[in-house]
Amino acid sequence: MSGLIDGSERSLLTFLENLPGVDKVGADNRATMLGTRSIKTSSKSMAIDLAISMIDLTTLEGADTPGKVRSLAAKAVRPDPTDPSVPSVGAICVYNDMVEVARKYLDAFGGTQIPVAAVSTAFPSGRASMAVKIQDTKDAISAGASEIDMVIDRGAFLSGRLMEVFEEIREIKEVCSNEAHLKVILETGELATYDNVRRASYLAMLAGADFIKTSTGKVSPAATPSVVLVMLEAVRDFYRLTGQRIGVKPAGGIRTTKDAIKQLVLVNETAGSDWLNPNLFRIGASALLNDLLLQRMKLKSGHYSSANYVTVD
Amino acid sequence: MRLDVKKTYKLFIGGAFPRSESGRSYEIKNKRGQFIANPAQASRKDLRDAVLAAKNAHPGWSGATAFNRGQILYRIAEMLEGRTSQFVDEIVATTGVTSSVAKQEVSAAIDRWVWYAGWCDKITSVSGNNNPIAGPYYNFTIPESLGVIGIVAEEKDSLIGLVRSLAPIIAGGNTSVLIASQSRPLAAVTLAEVLATSDLPAGVVNILTGIKTELAPWLASHMEIDGLDLSGIDSIAELRVSGAENLKRIHTFEKDVSPERILAFMEYKTIWHPVGI
Repeated sequence: MSGLIDGSERSLLTFLENLPGVDKVGADNRATMLGTRSIKTSSKSMAIDLAISMIDLTTLEGADTPGKVRSLAAKAVRPDPTDPSVPSVGAICVYNDMVEVARKYLDAFGGTQIPVAAVSTAFPSGRASMAVKIQDTKDAISAGASEIDMVIDRGAFLSGRLMEVFEEIREIKEVCSNEAHLKVILETGELATYDNVRRASYLAMLAGADFIKTSTGKVSPAATPSVVLVMLEAVRDFYRLTGQRIGVKPAGGIRTTKDAIKQLVLVNETAGSDWLNPNLFRIGASALLNDLLLQRMKLKSGHYSSANYVTVD
Repeated sequence: MRLDVKKTYKLFIGGAFPRSESGRSYEIKNKRGQFIANPAQASRKDLRDAVLAAKNAHPGWSGATAFNRGQILYRIAEMLEGRTSQFVDEIVATTGVTSSVAKQEVSAAIDRWVWYAGWCDKITSVSGNNNPIAGPYYNFTIPESLGVIGIVAEEKDSLIGLVRSLAPIIAGGNTSVLIASQSRPLAAVTLAEVLATSDLPAGVVNILTGIKTELAPWLASHMEIDGLDLSGIDSIAELRVSGAENLKRIHTFEKDVSPERILAFMEYKTIWHPVGI
């Protein structure tokens, strides 16, 4: 329980209520200001490679097929088949039933070190009984997932049943035990205020999350710079209080290299350079990878490239 | 006494009128060296954005029926007609010709535009073919649009030069990024206002003003661009070399007006289709 709370509902509520509110105007201004940093060419090239290695390459569509997951796996291992110097991505993120397929092809393509992340607990809405959510998570882990992206019950959170959300995360964490990393999706687009984002971040961290993740990608707005800033401040302060480093994963709406680099600037300026590392920062995205590859080609060749030179998603 | 409402001459990218991302502008002067305006000076990043807008607009524009494209081009001519006096003023201001000469140029430009509008739904039947072959197949050849075409407009004829380059390219279903005449860009900016109000989908035409020698190399080396009309540039040898990287079709034209200018930026596709089944 990190020593901050004793596990009782009362201590949790007291802790969360005593969190200072977020200065919305200040947070927005700071995020915008950090977004205007000019990144010079050599740093940009390093940032692009770092961003590629942080991507959770994602496909979460009703129309996903084993064939699509296969091509995603190939792309995860070698994002640009013409250039071996491009790093592999951080992980691939799929629905539960595709975990086995994803693991099989990653291994076949030489990506044994790349983890498979499964979205779990009745993703994306989180509207199911606890028994179903636990079974969902067990299925994913037994199929080979080493990272679990769970959604919280936003309805419970918004109606003030915080202990329920806390217990939910704790139970899923127990299921994951040492076999899988737990990422908790807050779905910030549904939490309405930055104060709620801060509270939900602490709630998840106290309950045992290894990562806090902004969004499912199914709700807009998703990973806005301000929300990511608030979450990064939360992990920074949590580290100061407990000595534990929790990761952050923005997901949804990050489509261009510029967006990704803005996120990296936020990380460096808020949580610090320790977090500039795929173990503590991931970007959930699919279209972003192609844009990063195009920018990489541009830096290398000196002229603008074309979408004809990257794979079709 | 009333204050003048001065116009800001901006770029035209993806259906919007942004200033240059770089914040730059440059000065244009008339023949007597008097100041006329400060059009935006586009940077390579503006060019990149314009190419992206053109690329995204291509599936919709090339997929529209030829008849629909013709209607939209004709609509542009209608809007041009309504702006005649503004074009005349700008041509007079930048070139110093008399207003009757300027008026002639505007009328000629509108006529050219209407002429190309008519070609939209005819070019396929005139230049396509049903080929005779020895086998149980139909064999057709039809022209299709190339993709994104970069244009460096003629330097001297500000309005009619634009029309000569632009109309055939979009008539064929291509989308375009156009770099306006450097010394006489005003007609191009006004043409953008015409295009924005004539049902032409955003991104089909993107217009940049600025320094041609700065922008043209980026245009020529951009891998997303499939063809170049470099009528407004004198020495194009180096641009040809960088354009060869992705086999761009590179043309310069005299002041000719012909359906060949449409076909210059189309490619032929041949289809075999079995008969008798």
